[in-house]
Amino acid sequence: MTTDFGYTILIPLIPLLMFLLLGLAGNQLKARLSGLLGTIGLGIVFVLSYYTAYKYFFATEKIAGAFSKISAFDMVWLRFSESLHINMGILLDPISVMMLVVISTVSFMVHIYSLGYMKGEVGFERFYAFLSLFSFSMLGLVLANNIFQMYIFWELVGVSSFLLIGFYYQRPTAVLASKKAFIVTRFADLGFLIGILLLSFNTGTFDFNILCDPQGAAIATGSGAAFLGLSVMTWSLIFVFMGGAGKSAMFPLHIWLPDAMEGPTPVSALIHAATMVVAGVYLVARLFPVYIISAPDALVVVAYIGAFSSIFAAVIACTQTDIKRVLAYSTMSQIGLMMVGLGVSGYGGHDGLGYMASMFHLFTHAMFKALLFLGAGAIIHAVHSNHMTEMGGLRKYLPITHITFLIACLTIAGIPPFSAFFSKDEILVAAWHHDKFIFAVEYIVAGLTAFYMFRLYFNIFWGKETHYHHKPHEAPAVMTIPLIFLAFLSVFSGFIPFSKLVTTDGIPFEGHIDWSLALPSVFIGLVGIIIAMVMYKKETSLPDKMAATFKHGYKWAFNKFYVDELYMFVTKRIIFAYISTPVAWFDRHVVDGTMNGISWLTNAFSFRIREFQSGQLQKYGFVFITGALLLTFLMVYLWT
Amino acid sequence: MNILSLLVLIPLLTIAGILFLKDTRKTRLVSAIGMGIQLIVAAVLVFMYLSERKAGNMDEMLFVRSFEWFGSLNIYYTVGVDGISVAMIALTAIVVIAGIFASWQVDNLTREFFISLILLSSGVFGFFISLDLFTMFLFYEVAVIPMYLLIGIWGSGPKEYSAMKLTLMLMGGSALLLVGILGIYINSAPGGGELSFNILEISKIQIPIEAQRLFFPLTFVGFGVLGALFPFHTWSPDGHASAPTAVSMLHAGVLMKLGGYGAFRVAMFLMPEAADEMAWIFIILTSISVVYGAFGAIVQKDLKYINAYSSVSHCGLVLFAILMMNKTAMTGAILQMISHGLMTALFFALIGMIYGRTHTRLIHEMGGLMKVIPFLGVVYVIAGLASLGLPGLSGFVAEMTIFFGAFEHTDPFHRIATLVAVSSIVITAVYILRVVGTLLLGPIKNDHFNHLQDATWFERISTITLVVAVAAIGVAPYWLSTMIGDSMLPIVNKLLTANPF
Repeated sequence: MTTDFGYTILIPLIPLLMFLLLGLAGNQLKARLSGLLGTIGLGIVFVLSYYTAYKYFFATEKIAGAFSKISAFDMVWLRFSESLHINMGILLDPISVMMLVVISTVSFMVHIYSLGYMKGEVGFERFYAFLSLFSFSMLGLVLANNIFQMYIFWELVGVSSFLLIGFYYQRPTAVLASKKAFIVTRFADLGFLIGILLLSFNTGTFDFNILCDPQGAAIATGSGAAFLGLSVMTWSLIFVFMGGAGKSAMFPLHIWLPDAMEGPTPVSALIHAATMVVAGVYLVARLFPVYIISAPDALVVVAYIGAFSSIFAAVIACTQTDIKRVLAYSTMSQIGLMMVGLGVSGYGGHDGLGYMASMFHLFTHAMFKALLFLGAGAIIHAVHSNHMTEMGGLRKYLPITHITFLIACLTIAGIPPFSAFFSKDEILVAAWHHDKFIFAVEYIVAGLTAFYMFRLYFNIFWGKETHYHHKPHEAPAVMTIPLIFLAFLSVFSGFIPFSKLVTTDGIPFEGHIDWSLALPSVFIGLVGIIIAMVMYKKETSLPDKMAATFKHGYKWAFNKFYVDELYMFVTKRIIFAYISTPVAWFDRHVVDGTMNGISWLTNAFSFRIREFQSGQLQKYGFVFITGALLLTFLMVYLWT
Repeated sequence: MNILSLLVLIPLLTIAGILFLKDTRKTRLVSAIGMGIQLIVAAVLVFMYLSERKAGNMDEMLFVRSFEWFGSLNIYYTVGVDGISVAMIALTAIVVIAGIFASWQVDNLTREFFISLILLSSGVFGFFISLDLFTMFLFYEVAVIPMYLLIGIWGSGPKEYSAMKLTLMLMGGSALLLVGILGIYINSAPGGGELSFNILEISKIQIPIEAQRLFFPLTFVGFGVLGALFPFHTWSPDGHASAPTAVSMLHAGVLMKLGGYGAFRVAMFLMPEAADEMAWIFIILTSISVVYGAFGAIVQKDLKYINAYSSVSHCGLVLFAILMMNKTAMTGAILQMISHGLMTALFFALIGMIYGRTHTRLIHEMGGLMKVIPFLGVVYVIAGLASLGLPGLSGFVAEMTIFFGAFEHTDPFHRIATLVAVSSIVITAVYILRVVGTLLLGPIKNDHFNHLQDATWFERISTITLVVAVAAIGVAPYWLSTMIGDSMLPIVNKLLTANPF
């Protein structure tokens, strides 16, 4: 078994080598060559990943009807104690193989696309070095066979994201955004780390195979002592989820994601839409057996955070005008939906529908969201602006971008037969059977999603034509080919039989479409589209009127419900002004002051007693005689 | 000739060589060659140590040699190493050579500068190989005293004040230490018989608990002053700010490690019962200093102050881990010493190089330096990432080992203290990114900066040496961690006799 998949070690290693090559020698290479090298490297990874997926799903024998977990590589990296050690390994199971396909596809497309998009930028080779670093870390993350390895790559993914958001490092907004992204996710990772500490000491292992074995000892012994009514296991998994929520931009740790759009657009497509931000979903899915068996309460938290984030972000997305920010909030909303899928899922067979649907949606979302971002990149490339108010009527100028963008919009709106119709529908079905309230929330989100996406679409491609400085022109082939490829996947990936491939226990089950729920969700999608069409296809005063009617609500949503301001208040006011500054002051004046005080006292004391060493014989004689007399007097007195 | 004594001898020979030279160029060349040989010897020592262990030699200390020195007081020149001291020696050799290259451009009293610097390093090497408390103390003083001259003469800013403050506070620590060591000596034969300064011999007996209660805090605090134990750390910001580059590098990189090393090799190892009783006090102090240093660093304006406070935080973690008294955490403590030694030396080297170009250390006066000095900028970012514990660099390995070791204690007190310490990873990220963002990124603030030159060849050697070491530990920590962990066993067993928790 093991030897068959031994070559998979190359999948993360190739991008790592590319990173080292481009990072160390990039400035000696021609820009174009370094771009090509990076792209070729990813091309190999792309081929290997598809080959692995084929081999794993179709050419490997199942054990007891279930896809087996294959350890393709394993070595001890660091030993904490006899039982607890960090390994570096490769674990192949349905979700990790699926993620390989997702990451390599999007990453490869982004590599190709960037050859055109980033052409002529200063730091072109740096860009490709960072892209390779990111691909390496992300692949290492999904292949991890233990939770600590995952944490290691989790941090590396975070730093690559930091480097790429701050790619235009001379632009202050980019610097601020990258800093914010890193610190917010770092804070979330603190939770992740605490979760790992609790989890590993509770179960005695990092290893996913032991940890996630539903019949295993780890899960059974896990639920022990209680704190505030929840078991230690529940707490640890809530903490772990905090890490996931940070990376996946779930409320209230989402504030970094919209700002992260300061990075180059291909980066947004790769990291902040398709791959890194779904790491949180992947994390929960990875630990799903532990969640469902020993900490179902934590899963409720996942479901509700996901549901709230999805509607919260959808509302904000309806008001934003920067197209990348609309897409960012849309991403947050869709990830919330994936979290809901996991949160409402059961375990085993058809009960695990939510889990399957969540992974399915992760897959389709990666394709259509990457497509949307790359399309947005092509638009920005053409008109040199991010704001939809400065666009309009672009369908004439950008025909390919227009069609692919429309496909992506129809996909995200859940219109059959595009892929997200299937995946979203199944999440809704799972929610319906599990929690009607969450279902209702997600149903509204579906309508809002269709609305804001088509608001975007009509504003960009229809509406009033803005006066452009120079005529917008279609992107070069190197950029449109990835668009077409992703559009193809967005249309057809819905027909992949996910319920036969990715399930909670690895055993395939029969999935079917529940039309009684699917039809209403298509209906609400169409309603959203029609409203958007009425409001934005031709220029009308309707949007302004609407905004005026719901003045307060609009203002709050437009300002993202002031969450950023709240954070600024906490960090600037409380941490800087009330903790750090006083600490620094205390250190300089009280602690150091005491030390200086001691030296001052010593000094003052010696100043006083220096009189004794004056060098004047008379004085010495006086002291000598006085002392002698005093001593004599004392001795005589004491004796008698 | 014993290889260990060679480590003390080579610096002394180098000094002798420098004394015969007049010309500054030759001075630094001789220094570099001498310390280069020292690095090779250290590498050979690591190799010899590992092959000796592999051959199955399970002695607690290897390459032990002993010569009577002052018979009537039982003072011996006794040397020997285990995995821990070997690792510290390797660290020292690396930092020293990097320090030599970083001070390539010292032009005022060059010979005297290099002599003091190398004398200091010979004290450090001597300290790490000593097994005799008195000899150890002697080397300790040899390491501390040149510091006064180095800061007072070649320093900047209020250098006399800083040099005085640093030396006096460390001397205060030494005074406590001397009393502690004499206390150990006097109680080293509770059943009657020959008194001893030998660490190995003392470790075999049990010092009476009353004596331990008195002398443990003295010894621990004595070493703690050098290890920047809160609230005795205030020499550090001033001292570092005034010290010349190489001195800051050596001081924060190596000398502060004498504190941590001594605290566990002498105070904890020889007096485990008292350590166990009093650990809680110091655990509170050190977990305070971990977050306190980090918060303090957030609002500093001077690069060196930021790094000094960050050192308080990181060294606090060292002492914190030592006090956890189990194998994992204490291994983590040693790893943290090495990791912090390397990266803080790197930081100070870079700060010196940046200061040499911009003539300011105030971060808000700088900006956008990445554009003009990309090499130094990138290395600064790497150092920063190591400091905030990015996997793949040494800081991560050390911190995680400490956190997991500390978490092995299941009682609420230790766990809460650990969580407090763990939270520092976020605060560290805040101040590191603040510096990187203000200093290196953004638009260039000052037009003069447009003409800055990037790193020279000797600056590149200095920084690359350190970066390679930081990355090597971060990528492949297994052998180092095992080497230290195995040597930790006898110490942990001794501690367990005090507290079989």
